[in-house]
Formats: sequence, structure tokens, C-alpha cells
Amino acid sequence: MSAVFKASRRDFLKSSAAIGGGLAVGFYLPPAGFAADLKPVTANAWVRIAPDNQVTLICHRNEMGQDVHTSLALLVAEELGVDVQKVAIEQAPVDPVYINSLLGAQITGGSTSVRDAWVKLREAGATARVLLTTAAAQRWGVPLEECSAAHGYVSHRSGKRASYGELAEAAAGLPAPQSVALKAPAEFTQIGKQRHRLDAPAKARGQARFGLDATVPGMVYASLEQCPVLGGKATAVDDSKARALSGVLAVVNIGEGVAVVADHYWTAKKARDALNITWDYGPGAGLTTEQIRATLKDGAKSDGAIVRQAGDAAGALKSAARTLSAEYTSQLLAHATLEPMNCLALVSDAGCDIWTSTQFPQGAQGVAAARSGVAAARTRIWPQFIGGGFGRRLDVDFIGQAAAIARTVPGKPVKLIWTREDDIRHDFYRPASYHTLTGGLDAGGKLVAFDYKMVSSSITNRMFPGVVKNDLDPFMTEGSANLAYDVPNAMQRVVIQEYGLRSGYWRSVSHALNAFAIESFFDELAHAAGRDPVAFRLELLGKLPRQKAVLERVAAESGWGSALPSGTALGLAMMESYESHQALVARVSKSGKRLKLERLVYVVDPGIAVHPDQIVAQLQSGGVTGLINTLRSKVTLKDGRIEQGNFDDFPLLRINQMPRIDVVVLQAGEKPGGIGEVGVPLVAPAVANAVFALTGKRVRSLPLSDSGIEFV
Amino acid sequence: MTTLTVNGKVLEVHAASDTPLLWVLRDHLGMTGTKFGCGAGLCGACTVHLEGAAVRSCRVPLAALEGAKITTIEGIGASKVGAAVQAAWDRIDVPQCGYCQSGQVMGATALLSGNLRPTDTDIDKAMTGNICRCGTYARVRAAIHDAARSLREVQS
Repeated sequence: MSAVFKASRRDFLKSSAAIGGGLAVGFYLPPAGFAADLKPVTANAWVRIAPDNQVTLICHRNEMGQDVHTSLALLVAEELGVDVQKVAIEQAPVDPVYINSLLGAQITGGSTSVRDAWVKLREAGATARVLLTTAAAQRWGVPLEECSAAHGYVSHRSGKRASYGELAEAAAGLPAPQSVALKAPAEFTQIGKQRHRLDAPAKARGQARFGLDATVPGMVYASLEQCPVLGGKATAVDDSKARALSGVLAVVNIGEGVAVVADHYWTAKKARDALNITWDYGPGAGLTTEQIRATLKDGAKSDGAIVRQAGDAAGALKSAARTLSAEYTSQLLAHATLEPMNCLALVSDAGCDIWTSTQFPQGAQGVAAARSGVAAARTRIWPQFIGGGFGRRLDVDFIGQAAAIARTVPGKPVKLIWTREDDIRHDFYRPASYHTLTGGLDAGGKLVAFDYKMVSSSITNRMFPGVVKNDLDPFMTEGSANLAYDVPNAMQRVVIQEYGLRSGYWRSVSHALNAFAIESFFDELAHAAGRDPVAFRLELLGKLPRQKAVLERVAAESGWGSALPSGTALGLAMMESYESHQALVARVSKSGKRLKLERLVYVVDPGIAVHPDQIVAQLQSGGVTGLINTLRSKVTLKDGRIEQGNFDDFPLLRINQMPRIDVVVLQAGEKPGGIGEVGVPLVAPAVANAVFALTGKRVRSLPLSDSGIEFV
Repeated sequence: MTTLTVNGKVLEVHAASDTPLLWVLRDHLGMTGTKFGCGAGLCGACTVHLEGAAVRSCRVPLAALEGAKITTIEGIGASKVGAAVQAAWDRIDVPQCGYCQSGQVMGATALLSGNLRPTDTDIDKAMTGNICRCGTYARVRAAIHDAARSLREVQS
């Protein structure tokens, strides 16, 4: 994938060398919590060791439930020789050293955190261990080879022992080693073992601090009425009623809306509701869901860009014994993170300070600087726990809004809090998509030709336009460019077609869109060929033994091919994504006029499982997110306005709707693959395929409820 | 001025009488463990105990609370059931993003306070109002059963 910002190897080496500095007592890093220490901060390391032997990971990825705190701490702890359960976590500020090499920016997303850190953080731990051991050997005047480091102590064979904390200052003065040896996987004592999440106890006790919980002295609150049509502007405001409320401090037109700043949130919210705003709704004023669908369908007339090509698809389709064509569509979706968008901003003589939950601290810094009028170098981001990301917090709109409001009340920290309705109606929506597919079967029922076109909005064109080259957005081709099947003749295309509504990255991005279309259609092809869907796929996986293994295993685990209770059926889907292989079987049954989701069985092979229990957790979670995009949730527009607003009309899955979810984790690779998103994309096709197997009804659009398929 | 008992402490609150308990706790009392999710009683992130019963604090105005006894996530661990629920949460590593978990723990504690042998149906009934966007439901269910078991062992 192309880099957004280029992270140089030199930066990384510099940071590795600086690990020594990270050992030093007094190495300057952001204070824990959000004490109002507003001096400039330059952190350039991941490991800090205090005199009391407390090891701290300066965590450069943001924790949103996907377990980066513990998974990344495991990488450091394994090589450093400390118990991961004793590692403290501090959230890193913005610094080039923390750029994600797989994405080219300081971003938490794309299921990249462990993949990016796999060598980097183990080297960070190993470098620190070598320096500590060297410091001990020098102190004792003994050969380095006679010393060993483990469990937070360096030991000499004579029985001498010193804690890492005692050695840290001396170690910090030593030159960093040119290279360090890393353990072989067979030597791991913590990676791959059962460990508890470092953040779990605090989260079970209300002690974890999310963006919404950030608190600084003198804090005031803001509520923002945004234009009901995205892209519109406030042209005039009658704020007389709002200003009459006791506690109101300011009313601010920031363009996309009008904010009330008040002493408490409830005052701000009431005053905001009392505003009388005149809007210029802008070009989106008449937009409807029907228009969006028509625009996408129209886009299919374009050739678009070639994603993947093999043999001669057109010729092979002409000579095929049998062809089959279908169209698939996916709906618009909000992210609906449980923590609504919010941001605490302070613009003062010291610069601009931002406390927020974000997946993109670097982007947060940019937008906060731009809208506060403070230089980026004097704009500091203090990332908090994220109360749900799912890609929504890759966008930084709310951070810019808080900065724009705060600059009008200098010296006052302002916490902007969106309502749930603000959040659903001012999202960057998962793109709607339209897909056309044609397959050609030979006389033996084998797939010999595949023609595919996906039409959708390009998120990347909006956010990182430099990454889109020759009309190819790499985030639209996920699940197509890496199609697991070896089809001898294939023509796969993508068409960027904007439809007038802003779109955003939504957990698993286009993997989910492409997988619904392709994996459902492959099920159609298997049935058309009179073949078993597992056998039909297996013969196309000759080049991917790991993918073949997960498919065979999921068939065995799910009872595929054996007798099922009457009124019960299975549906299958599989793919490679994020350098992991996975397959899913869904079991559904009849429950009166409705259907019941009985069970999801996942088999996943991420290569190496760094924190296996949390891989299971991420698959359980991905299953739930997948069910949200499959069953009944959708966003629709009328007159340019989003029609949904809260959890009554944008439903999320609840505990009583949960199927049993089983997860089998295989490890057949040399390095870890991504895991945070891999559970999502297969749910829609697996469930839709099961619905077909049970009812004979083929559903080609999401959510399933739009086709009258209702689950209990 | 309204007088409340929160986690055993008697407190005086000066806030507009229509202020929801959620914002009284968060903004006036500085207790941020109770979360804002929907403002409409639809998600359960703001669940607290009012006179021992689970309520959605975003829907209870201060005016209705004179003399009320409230327990929040900050205080629930002081009760035997709350501590058992939190210990089960720790054993099973329930949280992911964690934002809903204060509400989940409060809901689970209310359930187990009246029922030490909850069936899956009891759990569905008690916990359906608590949305977990990450989907930790399987572990929420397992942890409630686990906490119930530990409480029964203490009893017997």
C-alpha cells in the first residue's frame, strides 16, 4: 500500500538508538493522566524504566478495544524479560517516530498495529535488555556473556543481581547496539500464551479515562447544532433565547454549525436547542437514498480501473458451458461508536491542547492547528481511551470543531460533546456499493471465468488523495485484489462513483462490501454447478494451502456435510484479509415466520497469534459488527437529511439476539497477520448463504431485513 | 439545592432541576465512570442503581432525586455482589473498548442481587438494555454465570 507520509528507515534507526535514552531517569515524556503540564513534549521511545523497576510502554497505537495495549506490551515484555502483567502503559503523543510503517502516518487502523510493531517493538525490548545487561557487566567487572536478564533483573553466575531500575541510568549512557538478536518463536514464554488484558480491571471499575472523561481545571462545555444537511452552513443565528439562559458563556458560529459554550453540558445543550439558525443547506439538500442507488448503478456503465486480470475473461465467458450473472448492493451505515464524538480543547498563550479519543493523532494535530490558528508545533494531542473506533475516529472533524470553538474563548478549556443524534447524522458513512458479477462454468461445473465490477465512493480520495492513483483506491479493492480463488480467466474492475454524501472507513472497509458480493455469488455458482460449496471452493485454492486448511477445518468444526436437524441450514464464506486467512460457517433455523441465528463458527489463521484469547475476542467482536451490517441496520436519506438518529431506528445487536460464536485459531505462518477487522466481512455472505440454503431465497442486498428476512 | 446519597456519601448538588442524574454525576460531582451513550434510555451506558434498582441515569432528572440513595460504578465494588461481578469480569477479560462496561457491571450486579441462579433467559431479560457495540456479550454472559457461581460458593 502507498504511504501517505513517508516514514524513513533513518527515523526508525534513530528511534531505536534512542531506546537507551528511554531508560534514563528523567527522560521527558507526557505526564500520566491529563495533568495540565503543557510544556512541549518530544517522546522518541517505547520503553521507560523507573528506579523502582516500573517498566512503562509508551504505546504509539490507540486502544479502542482491539487490545493494542496488551498485545504491544507483550512484544516488548517478551524480549525485555519482564512480566507483561506488570507493564504500565502511557499513551504516546504525536511524533514522527510513531508513524505506522504500513500506513505512512500515525494511525491506528487497517488491522496493522501488531504487524507494524512485530519487529519494531521486539527490537525495542531486546535493545533495552542488551543495554541493561551491559551496564550490569560493567558495574560488576565481569564478561557480558556471564550475565543474563529475566524477570526485571540482571543476574551474574556468581549470584550477583541488580534490578533493571537500578541499572537504567547507567544503561542509558551506553551506545545502542548495532543489532540485536530476537527470540525464535519456540523460545517465547509470553507471546502466544494466556495473559489478561492490562486495561480490563480499570474498565470494569469505571476508571479508564475516555475522551469524554477528560477533565482539566476551569473546564466549560459546548453543544453544537450542525447543519442538518451535511455540507451546509449557518448563515444567521438568533441566539436571544439561548443567551437568556443562566450559565451561557458564548454562542459561536463555526460555519458548519453554531455552538453554545456554557458552564455545564446540560446548560449548553438546552441553550443549543433554543437557537434559531438560518441555514444554507448547500448542494446536498435534495439527496435521497434512491438517488444514491441510481447514481451507483449508473457508475457501472464506466469501465473504471482494472484491479486484477488473468487470462481472457471475455473470451472464456463466451465459450463457457454455462454462465450466471447477478447484481449485489450494500447499504449506507453509521459507525455508532458507543462514545459519541467529543473533544476537549484549550487555546491559550501556551498553544493548543487537545484531549480526545482518536485513531489519528497526527491528523488531529493538523486539524486542531488549522482551526485554532495555532502552529502545529505548538499543538499537542493527548490521546485518551477510545470508546469505540471502528474507523469513525480516523476522521477528525469533531476535533477541528472543538479547536474552532476554543479559539473564541481563549484560556478556557472547552469540552464539545455531540449528542447521539449528532453522531448518527453527522458521520462519515460506510459507502453504499453496487456490484455486477458474471461467472462461467465448464461442462464439469468448474469455474473458468469471472467478471467483476465494484462501484462505490472513494473514502481515500477525500482523506488521502495522493494514495489514489489511476482511479485505483487500494481501500476499495480489498477482497477483490487479493481474491483467494485461482480462476484462470478473470477481469476484476473498480469504479469510483461519488454520490454526494461523505463516506468513511468502517471496520474492514471494502473487504465487507466485496466479500458480500463475491462470496454470495460463489455460493450461487456452486449451486448452479450442482456442486457442494466447500468442494467448489477447495478446487480453486491450489495456490493457498493456508486458506485451504482453514476451509477444511471450518467444514469439520461446523458439521458441514453431516445431517442437520430439520429446519436448519448452514452457509459458508471465506477469504484472505489483512494477511490472515479465515472461513466462517453460519447456522440458521426457522422460528415461526422469522429465522433464528443459531451459531457462527470461525476458523482463522493469523500466522502467529500474539495474544490468543484476544484474537478470540476480536473474532467474537467482528461477528457482532458483521451482524450489525447484515441483519437490519441502515442509514437512509430524505431531503438530504439522515433519517435515523438513535438506537431505536439505528439498531445495534443486543445480548438476546446473539448467536453462539465459536472460534478456532490456527497458526501456520511466520509472522502475525491482522486480526481486528477479519471477523466482520464474512458474516453477511455466510448468513445470506445459509438463508438461501434454508429458504431458497437468494438475498442480494443488505440489510437482509429490506428483503423481508427477519431474525428473532 | 438537592441532597443525594451517592455511594454512601451525603452530597448537596446545586444544578438546574431538569439536569439528568447522568450529568449531575459527571459534571457536578466529577464522577466520570458513568457514561453517556444515547440520552434516551436506549443503550444502558449510564446505568446506576437508584434505591438498589438499575436505572438509566440519562432519564432521571435531579428534581426526582431529593433524598435518593444512588450507587455508581465508582462505589459498586464495595458491595459483595458488585465485587464478585468485577472479579468475574477480571477473570474472563470481558471488556474491549470498555465504554459500555460500567453499565454492564451495574446491570449484572442488579440482576445478581436478586437472583443467584440466573438462567440465560434471565440474563437476556436483565441485560438487553445494555448495548455493547464491540460485542462482548458472550463474555458478559459467561462472567455473570461465573460471578453467580462464586457468590453461591460463598453462601454455601
